[in-house]
Amino acid sequence: MIRELIAIVLGAILIENFVLVKFLGICPFLGVSKKVETAIGMGMAVTFVMALASMITWLVQTFILVPFNIEYLQTIAFILVIAALVQFVEMVIQKISPTLYQALGVYLPLITTNCAVLGVAILNIQKEYNFISSLFNGTAAALGFTLAIVLFAGVRERLELSNIPKALQGFPIALITAALLSIAFLGFQGLKL
Amino acid sequence: MIDKILAPVLSLGGMGLAFGSLLAYASQKFAVEVDERIPRITEALPGANCGGCGFAGCAAFAAAVVEGKAPVNGCPVGGASCAAVIADIMGVTAEKMEKKVARVLCRGTKDKAKEKYEYYGIDDCVAASKLWGGSKGCSYGCTGLGTCVKVCMFDAIEIVDGIAVIDPEKCTACGRCAKACPKNIIELMPASQQTWVRCKSRDMGKVVKSYCQVGCIGCKICEKACKFDAIHVIDNIAVIDASKCVNCSQCVVKCPTKIIQGKTEIKKAYINEDACIGCTICKKQCKFDAIEGELKSKHRVIEDKCVGCEQCVIKCPRKCIEMR
Repeated sequence: MIRELIAIVLGAILIENFVLVKFLGICPFLGVSKKVETAIGMGMAVTFVMALASMITWLVQTFILVPFNIEYLQTIAFILVIAALVQFVEMVIQKISPTLYQALGVYLPLITTNCAVLGVAILNIQKEYNFISSLFNGTAAALGFTLAIVLFAGVRERLELSNIPKALQGFPIALITAALLSIAFLGFQGLKL
Repeated sequence: MIDKILAPVLSLGGMGLAFGSLLAYASQKFAVEVDERIPRITEALPGANCGGCGFAGCAAFAAAVVEGKAPVNGCPVGGASCAAVIADIMGVTAEKMEKKVARVLCRGTKDKAKEKYEYYGIDDCVAASKLWGGSKGCSYGCTGLGTCVKVCMFDAIEIVDGIAVIDPEKCTACGRCAKACPKNIIELMPASQQTWVRCKSRDMGKVVKSYCQVGCIGCKICEKACKFDAIHVIDNIAVIDASKCVNCSQCVVKCPTKIIQGKTEIKKAYINEDACIGCTICKKQCKFDAIEGELKSKHRVIEDKCVGCEQCVIKCPRKCIEMR
């Protein structure tokens, strides 16, 4: 059991990194990666939401969709769950911990439409994980996202101070950097667990 | 057949209803009371989140205003019109705020100022200035690598011939460039102060001449040219006292290295002879002997002598002098 969980965690962070291998959640990856500080904030918010979403969607799938034989409504049901969940969490955090809300606040609504969250929910079901494995997979996938976005933000902070040819300034060089980072992560494909 | 339709409709509808009521309940239960003035002030602000006010963005400034921690005219970008709207929301009157602009106190372009060495390094003024005060011969001058350009939110700065140039039309005086400049050569000045010294070198005149053709050499010619005691050479650099300067441009004309920037357009005074009562106040006021005419007769401005200092306009009791 523990061996299996370690395999899931390492697999989700390195081998099947959501951003750099599966290409999910590219929008925040490019949008919120200008500073390491904001990238960490975004990563934490995503981790929080993806762990919660993995649990709730697993429960919805097991106790609502499967018994009623309506698995074909999976996508729309999960989107409904995630959107409501994020809204709810935002309200609760705002009330309970204004400091946490200040730190996450800007990123939380952005995550509602982050495809990585929907992606992890659907992948959990496809891989037929149980509740615990789903939770671990969701958390680890989000940590993989955080790792990728923080690494990328670090590179971009350096790029700010470099002399870049005019045609490549801004997004072009960011996309090239992302591609190189992705190629680097392909190296983990050889890891056998 | 019917249950095939009913099952998805009911389950999905049920979920929607459940989540909806949960959110509705949560919004009541977890409602955080926000002062309704905060969103209204945020709306009135420019929304650039430049941080020029010293707070972390427009929303934070709005909250600070409501809490009384920030003045209603604290937004340098929005200016007087914005301050008036905020003052209206807060129910107080706004004090007048003078419009300011950021100005670069250096004009040592590549052809005018010598370089100490060739710089190949991080494309940033702070990094360059750590290496022996930057590549420019003058350790006070603009390094021209554009750190100010990068921090400007309003696209108002560009590097021309190795010198930062600020567009006064686009500048909102948020002060980010002034904070970012490692040489401290960007200063915020009142826009009405049209005469300013474009140099910050405190080196001796001989030293300045060795590396820059457009540096202040501390010759004090401007001091002698000024009839208002407004410009003085302190620590080998000419400094203008804005409270005394009337923008008459005499120092601009006399400066041998042409480092004093004057107003772009010089207007001359004209006396409306119908309204003039011949009180000679303007004549006594004029330090350039540019007004002629005896007591109780109409006065006239000698155009060649008038420098457009506007002192007669301010003092005329009949308000019959205008600038053209």
